[in-house]
Formats: sequence, C-alpha cells, structure tokens
Amino acid sequence: MTTTTRPESAPDAAEARARSGAAGIRLGHRLFVAREVGIGLALLLLIAVTTAVNPRFLSGQGRRDLMLGATILVVLAVGQAIVIITRNVDLSVGSVLGLAAFATGKLFLAMPDAPIVLAILVGIGIGVLCGALNGALIAVARVPALVVTLGTLYVFRGVDYSWAAGQQINAADMPAGFKSMGTADLLGVPLLALFAVAVLLVAGFYLRSYRSGRELYAIGSDPAAARLHGIPVGWRVFTALVVSGGLAGLAGVLYAARYGTLDAAAGSGIELNVVAAVVVGGVAIFGGSGSVYGAALGAVLLSTIGSALPVLKVNPFWQQAVVGALILAAIGLDRALAARVAHRLRGRKARGA
Amino acid sequence: MAPERTGRSARWVSTFGTWDVLVIVVLALVVVGASVLVEGFATARFWGFLLLDIVPIALIALPMTLIVITGEIDLSVASTLGLASAVLGQLWVAGLPLALAVPLVVLLGALLGAVNGLFIAGFGLPSLAVTIGTLALYRGLAYVVLGDRAVADFPIGWTGNSIEALPGTTVPWVVLPLAVLAIGFGVLLHATPIGRGLYAMGNNDQAATFAGVAVARTKFWLYVVTGAVAALAGVFWTMRYASARADNGAGLELSVVAAVLLGGVSIFGGRGTLVGVLAGVLLLMTLRNALQLADVPADTLTVVTGTLLIISVVGPNAAGMLRARMRRRRPSAPPVASAEGA
Amino acid sequence: MGAAAATLAALLLSAGCASDDEGTPSGGASAGGGGSIKEGLSVAFLPKQVNNPYFTVSDNGGKAAVEEFKGEYKEVGPSEASASSQVSYLNTLTQQGSDVIALSANDPNAICGAVNQARQGGAKVVTFDSDTNKDCRDLFVNQVTGPGIAENQVKLISDAIGGKGKVAILSATANATNQNAWIELMKTELKKPEYSGIELVTTVYGDDKDEKSFQETQGLLSAHPDLKGIISPTTVGVAAAARYLSGSQYKGKVALTGLGTPNQMREFVKNGTVKNFALWNPADLGYLAAYAGAALASGMISGKEGDKFTAGKLGEYTVGAEGVVVLGPPTVFDASNIDQFDF
Repeated sequence: MTTTTRPESAPDAAEARARSGAAGIRLGHRLFVAREVGIGLALLLLIAVTTAVNPRFLSGQGRRDLMLGATILVVLAVGQAIVIITRNVDLSVGSVLGLAAFATGKLFLAMPDAPIVLAILVGIGIGVLCGALNGALIAVARVPALVVTLGTLYVFRGVDYSWAAGQQINAADMPAGFKSMGTADLLGVPLLALFAVAVLLVAGFYLRSYRSGRELYAIGSDPAAARLHGIPVGWRVFTALVVSGGLAGLAGVLYAARYGTLDAAAGSGIELNVVAAVVVGGVAIFGGSGSVYGAALGAVLLSTIGSALPVLKVNPFWQQAVVGALILAAIGLDRALAARVAHRLRGRKARGA
Repeated sequence: MAPERTGRSARWVSTFGTWDVLVIVVLALVVVGASVLVEGFATARFWGFLLLDIVPIALIALPMTLIVITGEIDLSVASTLGLASAVLGQLWVAGLPLALAVPLVVLLGALLGAVNGLFIAGFGLPSLAVTIGTLALYRGLAYVVLGDRAVADFPIGWTGNSIEALPGTTVPWVVLPLAVLAIGFGVLLHATPIGRGLYAMGNNDQAATFAGVAVARTKFWLYVVTGAVAALAGVFWTMRYASARADNGAGLELSVVAAVLLGGVSIFGGRGTLVGVLAGVLLLMTLRNALQLADVPADTLTVVTGTLLIISVVGPNAAGMLRARMRRRRPSAPPVASAEGA
Repeated sequence: MGAAAATLAALLLSAGCASDDEGTPSGGASAGGGGSIKEGLSVAFLPKQVNNPYFTVSDNGGKAAVEEFKGEYKEVGPSEASASSQVSYLNTLTQQGSDVIALSANDPNAICGAVNQARQGGAKVVTFDSDTNKDCRDLFVNQVTGPGIAENQVKLISDAIGGKGKVAILSATANATNQNAWIELMKTELKKPEYSGIELVTTVYGDDKDEKSFQETQGLLSAHPDLKGIISPTTVGVAAAARYLSGSQYKGKVALTGLGTPNQMREFVKNGTVKNFALWNPADLGYLAAYAGAALASGMISGKEGDKFTAGKLGEYTVGAEGVVVLGPPTVFDASNIDQFDF
C-alpha cells in the first residue's frame, strides 16, 4: 500500500468499490445492453410522442435537424466516455471546442483556399495539444482530473477570448466548400453526422477488441490493482485525455462547418451536457463500466429532448431542469440495478455453497 | 495499519500547515505588491467593495470546506443560490413580506440540500454526479420559477441596508455575521468530536464508521447546512444587486471550489483548515479585484483563475512528492519506502 | 507635514482658478451653456460584455470620438453578460475616478446602486444601447426610438409576406430591456388596420447565442408549419435564423427580417434568403455616447430636456424627455446598398 501520493491514498475504499464493482462486471454486457435498449426505448417514445403532436418533427428536414443537432454532442460524449471509464473526467471540452472552432475560422481567413482536410487536422491538432496538457498534469503531476480540467476550462477559454479579442468570424468569410460540408447529405444522412458515426464505431471497436482498450476499464475499476497488474496507468490515462481533447477539437471543426458564424464563446457550458449525456448513457461516474454506444445514445436523447420541447410547446425554461432530473434518475437507476444484481449474485452464491 | 495511519496524519499536519502559511504569505505579498503598484488599491473604498464581493463566496466556502474535508463535493451551491433568489423574488411579487419570505427561502435551501444529502448519504451515490445533476436541476427550476424576468422592486430598506457600512468605516456590516459564522464553523471543525469525525471520514469512510462516526447522518446534515447557507447567500445576493433573477450567481460554484482548494483543502478529503480557506478566498478575490483595478482584461482574469486552481493542487502534490523522495533517500526512513516499492 | 501639503495643494488650486478667471481662451468650464469639451477626460466604455462583436464596433466608434476630443479612452467589461460582474467593473471605475462612463446595462435595476456610487464619485454616466432606470444615469443614448424600430420592422415583414399570414419574433434574452419594449410596440403597431392580415403567433428567445437562436428558429418552423415570416430584432438572432433558413427547404419561402449587421447578413441578402433588414450604425452610437458624456463632464450640458450639444461629425443633438438622446432613424439594407457598409 503506498503512502506517498494522494491518488492511491484511499485504496481501502477503492478495493471495496472494486469488489462490489467486480460483481457488476461479471454480469457486464447483459446489463449494459439492457441499459442501451432502455435509453433507445425512451428515445423512440419521445420521438413518437413528439411526432404524434407534430408530424413535421420527423419530416425530411426534421430528421436532418435531429441528426445534425446530435452530431457535436455525440462526438464529445464518445471522448468523455473514454475518459470517465478510466475514473477521470474532462471538463475542458467546451473550451477546447471553442478554441478549435475559432482556429478553423482563423485558418480560413488567412488561407481561403485551404483544403478542408487541413482544417480538420488543425482542429484535431489543437485539441490534442490541449488534451496532452490535461493528461500530463493528471498523469505526471498526479493531480485529480476534476480540478485540472476545471482549471483548464478557464485557461483555454481565456486564451480563446484573448485571441479573438472581440472578433467575430462570419459565415461569409468561410469558403463555400467548407460550408457545404455543413449542409451536405450522403444517402439522406447529413455528412457531419457521418463523422460522429465513424468516431463512435472506431471508439467502440477499440474499447471492445483491443487489450489496451479493455485496460481502460480495469484502470477505472481499480487504479491501484491495475497498476499492480503492470498496466501503464499513467500512460493510458494520458492517452484517454489526449483522445478526448482531439475529439473536442474535431467537434470544434464540425461546429464551425455547421454554424459558420464564430466568436470566442462557441461551446461555452456544453461540458455539463456532455457529462450528463455520458452519465445518462450508463457510464459510471467512478469509471470501470459503460460503453461509448450508451454515451452516444445519451447524447442523442439529450439533444432530441432539446429539439422536442419547443415542438411540444413546453416552456423552454424546463429544459435544464429536465436534464438535471434525468441525471439523477439515471444514476439512481444504476444504483438500484447494481444493488439488485449484487443481491441476486449473493443469493446464487449462498445457494451454491 | 494503526501506526502507519498516525504517521501519515502527522505528515499531513505538517503538509497542510506549511501550505496554509504559504497561502497567507502569498496573500500578504499580493497586498503589499498591489498597494505599491496599483493606484487606488490601498484605499478604504477598494476594501469596502472587495469585502462585498467576497461575502457570498466566503459564506458558501465555509460549509463547502467541511464537505470537501469529508471527501465529497457540492457543485449545486450556485444553483441553490439562484433558485433561492428566484423564489424570494416570486414570494415578494406574491405579496409576502420579506421578513417572512427570507426565512422561508433559507428553509427551502435546507430542503434542496436535504435532497442532495438523501441521494449522497442515503443512497450512497457519488456526490460529484449527484450535484452535477442538481446543479442543472436547481438552475432549471430557478428559470421555471422566474423565467427570464427580474424582480427588482424590493424595499430600499432591505437593498440599501445590505450594502451599508459599519459606522465610520467602509467595512460592510454583513462582514460581522459572516465572521460569527466563520468562527462557528471553525470551532465545529477544529475543536469538536464532530470536526474530528469529518477528517476521519475524509481519510477513510470505513475506518470512521468503525471509530463510531455516524458517516451517513453527518454527511446528510452537512448537505442540509450547505443548502441553507447557499440560500442565505442567495438572499444577500438578491438584496445587494436589488434584483432577483434566475441566473444570479451562475458559475459561482467554480470560484468557491477554487478558493477552497487554493486554501489547502485536499480534493480527496481528510486535510485542510478553515483559516487556510478564508485566506484562499481572500487571495483569489484580492488578486482578481487588484488586476481588474490595474485594467487587466477579463480574458486574462479568466486565465489567472484557472491557473491558480491548477497550482493550488499541483503545488501541495509536488511538495508532497518531493518530500517523499527526500525521505526515501534517508536510510532511516520508516516503512514508507518499502510500501512505495509495492 | 500633512497640513503643509494640504496648504500647498490649496494654493495650487486657487492659482489654477485664478488663471481661469482671467479668461484664457482654452478654459473649458468657464463658458456657461455652450463652451467646448475639456481635454484629457477619461472616458470608459463598459459594454454588456467584451468580446461581443457588436460592442466592439460601437466601442470603437466611441474610441474615435474620444480621440477627436483628446480624451483618454478605455474599454473594460466582463466576458459574460451578467449584471453582477458589471457592478464589479463599475466599482473599479469609481475607484479609478473616471470622468465619463458609457454603459450598456445588463439589468436595468441590479447595477443602479453601483452607477449611483460612480456618480457620487464624480463620474458622468451615459447609457447606450440598453438603458438603466432613468433616475440612476445622466443620459441615455438611444439607437432609435422604440416606435421607430417597431414601425420599421413591421413594415419590412409586411412587405415581405404581402401583408398576410403568421409571423413570429425571435428575440434575445427575455429580460433585455430594449427587446421587450420593441416587442410590445410591434404588437401595438400590428393592431393598425393595414396589418390586420398579419398574426403574431409567438415570441421565442435565442439568448443572443448563435447556437440557441439557430435551434429556436428550427423549433419555430416545426411548431408552426404555416409560418410566413420571422422578425428577429437582434443581430445574433437574425444572422442565425438566416443561416438556418438558407440551409433548409424554407429558403425563400419563409421571409426573414430584423436588425442585423451588413457584414453578417451580406451573404444571405445576396443568396435571396433575406430581402432586407435594418440597423442603426453601432459605431455612430458609441461615437454619440462618447460626445454626450464628454459634454456632460465638461459642464456644457446638464442632461435636462432641451439641452443641445454638437457630436463631432454627426452634428447637433437635443436631449429629449427623460434624458434620452436619439441617434436617428434606422438604415434599411438591401441588395442595392449593402456593399456600401462595412461593419
């Protein structure tokens, strides 16, 4: 048991949690699938009710709006899920998004003929740099992610504001090719939404099929045990933060393509929605369980609620309260399910003995 | 187990002791430096304004210190403040006298805190997730109650008095009740079995339970008190700005948490003092207001706040690592070294 | 020691007065009523938030004016539009002893106490764009009269939809003083017989955030399929709505007008999403606010109704009832003139 650094100083609690967590992991996939199906059903119900009230909700344009509206949140939620699975959190994603979006605009102001690929790379690159800073502070200086990313939330946004200095980049300044990426369709699906789908599939495949992906879960279940197993915990956590940063950077480019008009405030406050989406999507806030698919579904659910409330003519002021209630319901439900599973396991074991 | 624990806590005492002193020294340096460099800093008027800005943050920081020492967190405080403000405005519009509405609103705050406490202490859910949820929920409810309207026609007797200075000074009178509360919380934390129980919980919930601390009950009541204090801060906020609005105090939780951590409270719990936190609040706000007075743009202030927050955690951590490394070099090192080897 | 210094200061002061009394030609305060603007006035612009392009333009207009009358200009403000952080900046300006504070208020009441403290400290306070309560500032420089805006906006949308059909309003935040006043006046205007075919179905709030305004537009069109037109009397809102329309099936079918900046709207006027829209020149607004404040601080005017002052290139202005100075009628921008403007 180590006594020198703070992060592992509560190993007793961690072990206790891991022990109860391990029971959950054994029932793992079945439960998560159930969870994802649950969110999926809630989503379908919401869409059905809203469409019954106003059929245009699912018209061609309505479908496009729903998919486009969810795109950015899904990309951010996938990155956030990867970080939260390792029992960390990245609160700086909104600020990284803002920085990357503004950088995209600046790039096109400086070089109107820049290829779109370059813009995407620049956005991701900025995100990766921000994520590397977060990751280094967390993994090397062993500082809790909550505090580091809360700090960099301020720092990155401040840098963004200073850089923009009140400047706004207008849609007219963006090259037509880039803007058309924001409105183009492929087989009836908006091009931007395909980015989100691609990100989701790659991340899902990696987490499920690669050893290093599985190790992220082990780290989140019990960092101390993971370290004893020889998993390079610091390096994996660093990588998770870099991935989250990179995805936030990509989200910034997508934001620029979709909205066209950019100022330094792009994406402020979105971190709350991202964490909410991930938690609603069944990723445990203390790591070790959950999937990026669940997180993505959570993001789609949240953004669909946002679009449905005005259509249902619900007072838009309810939106934030609904998000809050949903988070509480989701974590409460998780705990109730976990308690039930643990109870059943204990019962089985008792009978078996 | 037992000897190691006492050794560890002794080291903690020395760690937070030095961090406390460091924050106070830095605060003194900032005050001296700004008095020389920033025109208008060393004036009674500056400190009058500064103290008014400090009151809500310091107020909420008191119970927040206790919560963080137990190893939990409450991110919903600013939303509780906003909801309290919105409800106060709505009650006033409905014709309730303020003398009745204010206690009702503080009671509401206690209730909101009890909801947090129920989820965290009762159901054993992680406080981070719960209070992110209630952060959204309470702020959302504030908008539901008051919408985007503002209630502003409070009697001048209340709004004017809230910023009144003590006779013959520029020190606002609200500093007095704040000081009384601070002393109360300080005594509770540092001089009672309850306070010792809080540290024990922060170090290890299970050990605290075995030591006879009613962990769940204590945590529940901590959240209730935090809710009530946040609502009280909401009342002050409403009166100071003569405006009840749903967005009052938005984002304040970040300043409070930053100040608490800057004051040397460990985010993992079990460590920190109230004096350190008050020094942290003063340092954060003095620096901000002094920079503002020196015409430093808002963007830079944002960066400074964030950097301070990171330093406040990297600092003691780095110091701890350094100390551990030095100790390991010494041959007579206690079992720490061998434990680290594992 | 202290007493000696005080005496010395008193002597210097009286010497200064004496030279003034002898009537040096550049003495500013001596001339009653008219006179000229003092040199070296410290003028601070406190917008709703810095980093807001609209205020960047208006504050730069103020800066140009301050440079003309050889004052010291600065712009301070919060990065988020909240009343409480504006109070903190007002306190700072009070301590710094600013002569003129040009302010756009985030809340008409919440900042009144701080404004009054600033005035007690010797500052003249001019609000622009968004007013405080009329008894806590010296002057309000109004971009246009409310009725002027309402008349203009209703006329533009009526022309665009042929005088018949459902329209909606996309506003900023619901407690923005000016927005609400205009919306009420638009409702009154719509009661006129020539607009009897137009029905205002709802008002939604985009919070002056690009993304929120974009989504609210989207929500409007799905909630009201037979919507004919949208009025968005806020620069952020109208640009976001135009962008949504131009990328949707509603382009050219749903009319949009509002208050927007030529640079943001140029593309949508040229691609046919928007026929025309209006705005005052925000740079002129800041310019006029700076001159009004300087005239107050130089003792040329007191801020009462009927006072007259000259605002540089803009010419002469008269203070109206309740201390309001009106910039002038809004400019309507369409494909024929939009390229003449760059802001």
